[in-house]
Amino acid sequence: MRLTLKIWRQGGRFKGEFVTYELPDVNPDMSFLEMLDVLNEQLVNNREEPVAFEHDCREGICGTCSLVIDGRPHGPMQGTTTCQVHMRHYHDGETIVIEPFRAQAFPVIKDLVVDRSSFDRIIQSGGYVSVNTGQAQDANAIPIEKEQASQSFDAAACIGCGACVAACPNSSAMLFTSAKVSHLALLPQGHVERQKRVLAMVAQMDKEGFGQCSNVKACEAECPKEISVRNIARMNREYMSAVFASDKAMV
Amino acid sequence: MALDSKIPGGKMSEKWEDYKGHVALVAPNNKRRIDVIIVGSGLAGASAAASLGELGYNVKCFTFHDSPRRAHSIAAQGGINAAKNYRNDGDSVFRLFYDTIKGGDYRAREANVHRLAEVSTSIIDQCVAQGVPFAREYGGLLDNRSFGGTQVSRTFYARGQTGQQLLIGAYQALSRQVAAGTVKLYNRHEMLDTVIVDGKCRGIIARNLVTGAIERHSAHAVVLCTGGYGNVFYLSTNAMMCNTTAAWRAHRRGAFFGNPCYTQIHPTCIPVSGDYQSKLTLMSESLRNDGRCWVPKKPGHALTDPRQIAEEDRDYYLERRYPAFGNLVPRDIASRAAKVACDEGLGVGKSGLAVYLDFADAIKRKGLKAVEAAYGNLFDMYAKITGDNPYEVPMRIYPAVHYTMGGLWVDYELMTTVPGLYACGEANFSDHGANRLGASALMQGLADGYFVLPYTIGSYLSKEIRTGPISTDSPEFAQAEKDVRDRIAQLRGINGKQSVESFHRRLGKIMWDKCGMARNAKGLQEAITEIQNLRREFWSDVFVPGSDNEYNPELEKAWRVADFMELGELMCHDALHRNESCGGHFREEFQTEEGEAKRDDDNYMYVAAWEWKGEGQKQELHKENLEYEEVKVAQRSYK
Repeated sequence: MRLTLKIWRQGGRFKGEFVTYELPDVNPDMSFLEMLDVLNEQLVNNREEPVAFEHDCREGICGTCSLVIDGRPHGPMQGTTTCQVHMRHYHDGETIVIEPFRAQAFPVIKDLVVDRSSFDRIIQSGGYVSVNTGQAQDANAIPIEKEQASQSFDAAACIGCGACVAACPNSSAMLFTSAKVSHLALLPQGHVERQKRVLAMVAQMDKEGFGQCSNVKACEAECPKEISVRNIARMNREYMSAVFASDKAMV
Repeated sequence: MALDSKIPGGKMSEKWEDYKGHVALVAPNNKRRIDVIIVGSGLAGASAAASLGELGYNVKCFTFHDSPRRAHSIAAQGGINAAKNYRNDGDSVFRLFYDTIKGGDYRAREANVHRLAEVSTSIIDQCVAQGVPFAREYGGLLDNRSFGGTQVSRTFYARGQTGQQLLIGAYQALSRQVAAGTVKLYNRHEMLDTVIVDGKCRGIIARNLVTGAIERHSAHAVVLCTGGYGNVFYLSTNAMMCNTTAAWRAHRRGAFFGNPCYTQIHPTCIPVSGDYQSKLTLMSESLRNDGRCWVPKKPGHALTDPRQIAEEDRDYYLERRYPAFGNLVPRDIASRAAKVACDEGLGVGKSGLAVYLDFADAIKRKGLKAVEAAYGNLFDMYAKITGDNPYEVPMRIYPAVHYTMGGLWVDYELMTTVPGLYACGEANFSDHGANRLGASALMQGLADGYFVLPYTIGSYLSKEIRTGPISTDSPEFAQAEKDVRDRIAQLRGINGKQSVESFHRRLGKIMWDKCGMARNAKGLQEAITEIQNLRREFWSDVFVPGSDNEYNPELEKAWRVADFMELGELMCHDALHRNESCGGHFREEFQTEEGEAKRDDDNYMYVAAWEWKGEGQKQELHKENLEYEEVKVAQRSYK
């Protein structure tokens, strides 16, 4: 099938603009990124600069790929990363608009590539259990109710891609941050530091320039791992209890 | 140079305890004055960086990704082995050790493997303490499942995302040390060379992938945790950026390369569908717990609806050939059996290069819900990629390159042949022999990083406490930086007509056709000539767009593909010299009457460690003879 692509280009000779490309022969079994590979091969063969985009595992788990496709982070499919979108969902003659994830806290590096290291700094501020190598007790010494462990897993399934931020009109990172807060708060191992953790992570999130949550829930709708906004509610509870039920907030 | 593997004396089961009791220590006040560079942030790299940071060393951790959490360890699906014996099914440290040695077709070093089995239990404890959400039973205790090549259930798992959860655990431990200031993180930095000063590794040259700046970084020791080189085949289950550059550059500076030809071909991957294909997707080995592999008994049914093929017209070839292990034979055996079936013209699908993996019986036996709970995410992934529904139609699968057992040669302390240069995880050759068992890669990566290197590196660093900071102004650093700059200039200066990608694709085809699942002397000799010609063509006609002082993925790829071509040639030499079949290395000339791998223990029971002798020179082969004290060497049988 024949497709027209309007792609955001930024850096080098491009000041920041949409450039239109034609792809005459797209195979429906290709993945979306393989379609971009074909475009880049075509550009290189014409001695033009290829479009920069990020990708790595192409199995939907590493969180490297991004892209806002026709206005939606990771494209049209529910619960799917861009690398797992296949061209069989498009039709001959269609035009596809491709942009980077846009947010103040995700500055553009080049074309469709953005800097998401703000997410790393949120984790560094408290998204861990403080246990040194060698300090652990026997793994089965901590029984955890199956349903509880499963809920924790659901939150831990976040791949840190940033689609939640790109989807949010406020560029809020609440879904990402709350997923980590929930993952650890739901487990006994995470209890000791839960108050300190939520305060530090929310403070870091604000410091990075992410916006506030106003319950739009676009984050949940676009999350490729379908992380629930219930995690945001849980984080708010954690935050409130840390503020009101402890003296940690005073420090 | 004679290889010294530094295996401690004493009984096999006491070597590691004894080693730990006697290894030199570095006092806390001295650790602060010692710098360690870790390259890579996957399971091995992140766990090593976190653990060394906790101990008080000054650590610099480099990753070419935008975040350490992207490392390809994240894609591991099925699980991680540990000799916990929580099932009461007869597991033990010895049994895990034995299974791993046997699974590796008696080509791994016993002492390393025994240590791996010993520390396996601590890994599970550590990960649970970090908050890794492993699968649990209703009583709240940890669940297990079975993997290929074993008769016990010792695999711990977190749905089909075990690698992800373990990596996030290690990443969080690493992040904690970054916050504590013991680890400095260099995202989007790629190591392009090691720097050797007075015979010791003293640092690296790295390229900042955003600005293109070439940077010098010094340390008292350098640890490469840079993964495997399966992408030499172009199509593999590896992530797109996985490459050999760090290991290969270290090899060119004096680190021997061990068993480069030992490649793991994973039996259950989604088959190739077209020329545009960029990578192959693995379907976890755990599927073989319930899925049954079969092909039609008669040719001509490649496109027949498999549900219309009667039971008696199907050949469940693994169950037929290997009744003791059935569908859970090790990967090398399952892969070859699939290839044999397709070579006989019984393959299915448009290309005829696929077999069925059928869940109809499991769904009948356990119910749809139970199958969905165990494999739901894998079934969804399959449906997304192929457009077929595996709950209704059997999956079509075919083997694909997945893991490389070969890697930098290391001694018992995980040090390469260059003093001060270490290799951990898939980047080294040490634990899996000629074939890796499922769920053992995660175990090895974390064993090396959490529980082995933090001890063994002290043996070397205890002699460095008076060295003081290492200057990056030495002539050796200047020369290494110049070499990197020259090579980049050379790549950009060719200004030819063909894309980097096209060379990579051609290299991959040569490797897959002639150094893949089955190899023979004639094909390997042809491959060597073809790769040499391809290299010449590359260096005269490749086109690298863009400049070197910006974000330029084409330039990164060009450097990596150039290194892959050199490595590919060495792999062929290694495969050609090893006149036997063992594990994943199957030489067609050496097989039993039943088509199984035929080892030659009298002549090839050694690790082949190759030494770089300079551009255009033949590499020199060194042998580390393998001696088996504990395990009785036998013909591997899963029948």
